[in-house]
Amino acid sequence: MIDTNVNLFRWPFRRLIGDDPASLVERLRKKGVTQAWAASFEGLFCRDVAGVNARLAEACRRHGRNFLVPFGCVNPKSPDWEEDLRRCHEVHKMPGIRLHPNYHGYMLDDPALARLLPMAATRGLLVQIALSMEDPRTQFPLMQVPPADPSPLAGLLPRFPKLRLVLLNAGYWGGATTPHISRIKEAGNVWFDIAMNERVGGLARLIAETSPSRVVFGSHYPFFYFESALLKVRSAGLPRDQELAITEGNARSLLNGRV
Amino acid sequence: MTLDRRTVLKSFVAGFASAGSLAGAGNAGGAPGPGPGFRVWDMHTHLHGVEGATPEARMAELVRHMDRLGIERLILSQGYDQYIRNPTPDEVREENDRVMRAVRHFPDRAYGSVYLSPTNVEFCLEEFDRCVRDGPMISVGELEADVRCNSPALDPIVERAIALKVPILQHTWIKTNGSDPGESTPYDLAELARRHPQAQFVCGHTGGNWELGIRAIRDVKNVCAGIAGSDPTSGFVEMAVRELGAERVVYGSDAGGRSFASQMAKVVGAEIPDSAKELILGGNLRRLLRPSLEAKGLKS
Repeated sequence: MIDTNVNLFRWPFRRLIGDDPASLVERLRKKGVTQAWAASFEGLFCRDVAGVNARLAEACRRHGRNFLVPFGCVNPKSPDWEEDLRRCHEVHKMPGIRLHPNYHGYMLDDPALARLLPMAATRGLLVQIALSMEDPRTQFPLMQVPPADPSPLAGLLPRFPKLRLVLLNAGYWGGATTPHISRIKEAGNVWFDIAMNERVGGLARLIAETSPSRVVFGSHYPFFYFESALLKVRSAGLPRDQELAITEGNARSLLNGRV
Repeated sequence: MTLDRRTVLKSFVAGFASAGSLAGAGNAGGAPGPGPGFRVWDMHTHLHGVEGATPEARMAELVRHMDRLGIERLILSQGYDQYIRNPTPDEVREENDRVMRAVRHFPDRAYGSVYLSPTNVEFCLEEFDRCVRDGPMISVGELEADVRCNSPALDPIVERAIALKVPILQHTWIKTNGSDPGESTPYDLAELARRHPQAQFVCGHTGGNWELGIRAIRDVKNVCAGIAGSDPTSGFVEMAVRELGAERVVYGSDAGGRSFASQMAKVVGAEIPDSAKELILGGNLRRLLRPSLEAKGLKS
């Protein structure tokens, strides 16, 4: 099982079980995970993104070699972000990056993002966009960050056909109710994780609206209970081939043997 | 259809145990799951957000999904379309009639819970008697009204609930980005519960901001924490058990707006003893409902 949506280190407003890399790896292995795509909570808050990515890469090597796959942070509103992108690819050998537009203060129609996406695609980097991290109703009062609106992606994605984009935490708070989400789903180069997919029958509905090959397993662990994503898959009544595709095959295809 | 739910649950748990082989992993030891023999009762469900053109069809859809997770029974309350502000008596009756229609066809899988709006107390008590005293419903709420629940307008409803020995599920939220007008908080519920120590309450959503909600109800022993209807944020159930005791934590999903899966995961994934999970997933709810069920000759 490949978990495409994991974060390392501490969330600043709550101690989480599994917020140190060693215990996170131990717990994920016990849950049947064979590979986890890991970003860093630090990437949301620290301005020294290069340092964040170096610590992430080191933790993945030290605690999860051949298990934790680092996805570096790039903030396209930060000076010289192009160097962060280069280091993710060339120095840390990361297969992808994870963006946090709402925490970094830009909308998805920002010209900076339109510059970043083709550069990542040219390098063959998979791009994950975390549309949200937390229900806005439960955020710390002094740190209120509304979800990113994915609507601009409908116009953006067709411009970069070589891009491979995964939307994380798209669902209950991340865009299921926005008017353009159906157009985004029509793009051939976008995938969806299931961490914030909700409602009774929600996963089957997402698959029907997209494709069994465009949905990947993502837990948002350790912020969420891992079992939330697992139970969604196990209780969706999916044919076995679809379940296998979602829990592993689609993610493996996305990385295309790069790990 | 007759279903052996323990068999379903066992096969479901066996499915967990094979997680590794399914995904090509060699070992999925420590796989999650409540374990065989757990009797899962869901205190907090609605027909809203469920596919189906009629209450009966939506209930059938809920049962289909309950079976996949080994949920034995749910408690159903109002909510079919959009939330109704300041509902008229006719609208309240319609909500309760829909619930009674839905559960009538699934007597071994669901009980109904009465919806009341305290803006019209006299009608409220009539509706209480129609649905609970003289009807099939076995509890009150989710009470989600346009009046905060610390209002004296709630007192006659609570007194009737005490008389009939039925628990009350009260909606509560503490929304960082602003509560709705008249929306109740756990602080309001704690105030109401202190006025009525003989009543039994479940704090719906535990205020959403559960770290605050748990603390707000901590010293009010006749209030349990309802875990339904919020993100499956890890640590919720562990803190509730630590601060309240497992006997004061009650599983619910808030389906159909939420999935059974994400909400059950809060218990299944919590690092607490199995004995605590058993209480939270159904034991506590059956204890709360026992007087009401026995009065109607129903089994818990």
